[in-house]
Amino acid sequence: MVELRGVTKEFTDGRTRVRAVDDVSLDIDRGEIFGVIGYSGAGKSTLVRLINALEAPTAGTVSVDGTVLTGLPERRLRPARAGVGFIFQQFNLLSSRTVAGNVAYPLTVAGWDRASKAARVAELLDFVGLADKAGQRPSQLSGGQKQRVGIARALATSPALLLADEATSALDPETTRDVLDLLRRVNRELGVTIVVITHEMSVVTYLCDRVAVMDGGRVVELGDVYDIFANPREPVTRRFIATALHDRPRPDVVERLLERHQGRIVTVAVSDETATSTAITDVLRHHGVDSAIVYGGITEVGARPFGSLTLELTGAPDDVRTAIADLAARTEVVDHGGAGTPPGGPSGPDGPGGRATGTEAAR
Amino acid sequence: MSWSELGPLLGQALGQTLYMVVGTLLVGGVLGLVLGVALYVSRPRNLLPNRAVAGVLNVLVNTVRPIPFIIFVTAVQPAAIAVTGTSYGPTYALFAMAVMATFATSRIVEQNLVALDPGVVEAARAMGAGPVRIITTVLIPEALGPLILGYTFLFVAIVDMSAVVGAVAGGGLGNFAIVYGYQRYDYAVTWLTVAVIVVIVQLAQALGNLLARRVLRR
Repeated sequence: MVELRGVTKEFTDGRTRVRAVDDVSLDIDRGEIFGVIGYSGAGKSTLVRLINALEAPTAGTVSVDGTVLTGLPERRLRPARAGVGFIFQQFNLLSSRTVAGNVAYPLTVAGWDRASKAARVAELLDFVGLADKAGQRPSQLSGGQKQRVGIARALATSPALLLADEATSALDPETTRDVLDLLRRVNRELGVTIVVITHEMSVVTYLCDRVAVMDGGRVVELGDVYDIFANPREPVTRRFIATALHDRPRPDVVERLLERHQGRIVTVAVSDETATSTAITDVLRHHGVDSAIVYGGITEVGARPFGSLTLELTGAPDDVRTAIADLAARTEVVDHGGAGTPPGGPSGPDGPGGRATGTEAAR
Repeated sequence: MSWSELGPLLGQALGQTLYMVVGTLLVGGVLGLVLGVALYVSRPRNLLPNRAVAGVLNVLVNTVRPIPFIIFVTAVQPAAIAVTGTSYGPTYALFAMAVMATFATSRIVEQNLVALDPGVVEAARAMGAGPVRIITTVLIPEALGPLILGYTFLFVAIVDMSAVVGAVAGGGLGNFAIVYGYQRYDYAVTWLTVAVIVVIVQLAQALGNLLARRVLRR
């Protein structure tokens, strides 16, 4: 659906040159929800503006839906832009028009006649659940409603691709969830490919199939959301994951856990294959070790369970040791010590490492 | 002179002033809107960025605007005679007023457009709208409230200009106050003229406020 090949974008601000996007190549598949995550200034907003040709790349090529946009004259770019929906963090609705007038605007640009426009606007407002607000002004709406209008407007000309630039960043958590659910419906029911730009990992985990992590204008990591979560390679990715999950105890929390509990404290990564929470419980029972959950969290990433549990293990020292070894063969285990044993540190099927813990993950 | 003689003269002067002011507002307002939009869209990184056009327009506006109006009127006399075919009276004065008002309006328009959220322009661009459509369906409608207030401000400035041209054969209330008030040491006439002008300005300001409030209440 979208093909970026060696795309670079530089801005000249006075005498200084800023490279906002630096040699990015990626493919976005038809029908997927693709996330681009990064901190402010990572270049993600520029990237999305390159995709709908609001900006022209300094180097590289951009193609959308089989059409190479790079190098096309402005006149040819306009219809291409009209074929890509765009929603904004600040909604960017026209205050001089009603809700219906805003949704109708792209249809006017596309040259629709009055009757078909009215029918399409009614259909769109119905889809986003704002049929009763058609005659109101944007200033009379809540933030979530404004974004629904933005989505209806972006979908007006039935684009195959929708770009969402921090579409939920100005909204409260509950409204964010509603808007993300609406975007998912747009993807599932209308088959629209969506590119979601965000700095919130929770948006990625809730909505996206794949994600690109941007840092300093580059895509530093790209893959299935679950794989990125399970095996982050870059520190910036780990920091984002840590913001989405608070499942791992920070060092000071570990200290308090060791003071509070008599048994051995271990953190066990939960995943959907060899280390479901059921499997973990089974292993411990098999070794005759009792466990109590003292910290942790499991969430869904890409519709699969993901997180970790910190357990207090009690039982014969040998049993506890073999149980930990058995768990470590299946998943990543961090041994915090306790019950007279010094901390054993992280271990797991891939050896030490795995997910970063402690200060690094907690940022 | 008695009031019965002055009355019709005042009425005539009022008519001339309204003619000059409304005429200037129409001609200068429309041309100023065009020039102001051109100043705005030719800015760097704007809708139609063009360094040469922006440079020329800015120099032009900055050259004309600071010229004291009474000097400007006399300086453009040959052009005014050529265009209007006369060397005195309200129509002759209207020429210089309209030119000056065009430049004054252009800055007011430009400033109100600069204050707009660039996001709405970007949204229109993202929907495939071209520059002309964006100017007519986004920029001007979105800035309409402040523009109405800007034009109200302009109206008052034009009334001021109309009084100045009275000193150099333009006619109108300015001329009336000078000839029948100042030169005859008749303060009552001068004050009466002032009162008439104050009423005109008050009415215009009230109308402007009302219109702007209606537009801004959305």
